[in-house]
Amino acid sequence: MVVNNTEKSDLKTVNKTPFQLTLKRFMKNKLAVAGVITLSLIILAVILAPLLTEHDPTKGDLMLIEQGPSSEHILGTDGSGRDNFARLLYGGRISLIVGFAATLFSLAIGLVTGSIAGYYGGRIDSLIMRVADLFLALPFFVLALTIIAILDEVTISVFVTIIAITTWPSLTRIIRGSFLSLREQEFILSAKSLGASDFRIITKHFLPNAIGPIIVNATLMMATMIIVESGMSFIGMGIPQPTPTWGNMLSEAQNIRVLRDHPEAWIPPGLGILLTVLSINFIGDGLRDAFDPKSNRR
Amino acid sequence: MYKYIIRRLLVFIPMIFLLTIIIFALATAAPGDPLTGKKVDPSISPEVYEQQREELGLNDPLPVQYFNWISSFAQGDFGESMFYNGRSVESLIGARLLNTVYLGLFAFAITLLVAIPLGIYSAKKPYSLLDYGGTAFGFIGLAIPNFFFGLIAIYVFSITFGWFPAQGTTSDPNLTGAAALLDRLHHMVLPGLTLALAGTATYMRYMRSEALDVLGSDYIRTAKAKGMSERSIVFKHTLRNALIPIITLTGYEFGVLLGGAVITEQVFNYPGLGTLFIDSITNRDYPVIMAINLLLGVTVLFGNLLADILYSVADPRIRYD
Repeated sequence: MVVNNTEKSDLKTVNKTPFQLTLKRFMKNKLAVAGVITLSLIILAVILAPLLTEHDPTKGDLMLIEQGPSSEHILGTDGSGRDNFARLLYGGRISLIVGFAATLFSLAIGLVTGSIAGYYGGRIDSLIMRVADLFLALPFFVLALTIIAILDEVTISVFVTIIAITTWPSLTRIIRGSFLSLREQEFILSAKSLGASDFRIITKHFLPNAIGPIIVNATLMMATMIIVESGMSFIGMGIPQPTPTWGNMLSEAQNIRVLRDHPEAWIPPGLGILLTVLSINFIGDGLRDAFDPKSNRR
Repeated sequence: MYKYIIRRLLVFIPMIFLLTIIIFALATAAPGDPLTGKKVDPSISPEVYEQQREELGLNDPLPVQYFNWISSFAQGDFGESMFYNGRSVESLIGARLLNTVYLGLFAFAITLLVAIPLGIYSAKKPYSLLDYGGTAFGFIGLAIPNFFFGLIAIYVFSITFGWFPAQGTTSDPNLTGAAALLDRLHHMVLPGLTLALAGTATYMRYMRSEALDVLGSDYIRTAKAKGMSERSIVFKHTLRNALIPIITLTGYEFGVLLGGAVITEQVFNYPGLGTLFIDSITNRDYPVIMAINLLLGVTVLFGNLLADILYSVADPRIRYD
């Protein structure tokens, strides 16, 4: 009975590419599709920020600090008289860009170290993995803050670099793991005996076969990056003012007066983070199921 | 099993060495040294300053400095704070460490008490209302930044309802006995819940999937066929076996918990290691920063080691390859 079913679906899908099959499985996951829609709306809103508000998120009017909502400032103003709605939109831009850039950077480090460790094995592998284990074990939040304390000035690019160099090991592990499982396969052996260079084998044979787990984990990592950025900005050690991010908007709520009297100032950026991270996690889980139909969800 | 423990220990030692190297490198990269303040003091002549540098070993080659640094740490001498005018780092940390330990244990107790029963129940009755509720809680618990949750908790339970205090560890330091303990617990409820949130979500998802695996195994069917009671199946067979992987998870979640404590303590102005760490970052008080790094690093590595050893005791099938 079960066998019949799979045969039937195999017949139906016989002329579809692997990409189409993956996409089809992904579209069946309602939460993942909801995640894509929500995230698209958020991205659209932050891109169209100049059309949605005419206020400058970095310039405030000191005569109008900590105002409640009004038709002019629909979410009120912050402690420096800046428009909260404009900061919400432009801050989302920074939070998303930082999250995305940090993920790409971390992925780049993970790809290089993971490929070297998984492909060559031996001593270089144990060295890379010991360092990775160490970074995985340490509270990387503490490590990242320590590096920030040593540096004089933190710009967005420095900040992205710091969170990338403290978070790369989880991607290294994944990439190394998939390389190890592929290493003994015949097509790798055949590529080697045909005299392909190491670089060619890694980029043309290993990576395309490991692409599923890499995309899934990079996606989930972006969610972590957004939380990390907001956490560090929240305690005043992230992206410096006056550049808005969701995290440093929330840091205003450390002031009990803002927390108590102006929930409209701190709840929206918090919800922004929550919705973004939730959407990304849904998409990541959906991608995992789509790439690997056998996986059971944790 | 002894072989495994010995091999695991042999991995542990180079890890500790690597950790100290990294932190020493960071400490060396940090601007300033114990004499930075004295250099600008006009009453100290350059010769005396140089002599003091020599005496403190600041002109020694780096490997020698590293060795001196690590041996004074091993003897419990963590150096002097650069911000609190020469107060010893261990006296600064000592006062705060216990508070963080209490908060961490409290949060961990909440995590276990919520996550294990909820995970087991969800696995027993999948697709029930509680299972869906648990899944939703899991998703949100992992997606909500703990400081945002903390702020909401303060806004709702402290400001609106006034049930729990939002700050500190005690409202009256003169309390004694049971009243003091209750007061302390009362202050720990909100930060404890905030710190426990992410861990609870993670443990619950693990517990559910592990218990689902166990419930589908042959020995559970055998136990059912023998006519054993539900109770005995759940507690004796399912729970015990599903808990084994949780031991390893605990080793890794330990570092996450400590990292989360930094932000949680900041939100609730809780006088623990986390607030001391953030103050030290703000004041650029490097000796304190490095001491906390080393302390946390060693604790986490030791926690991982312990978890791995306990795991090999609980599951004799485990081999180290």
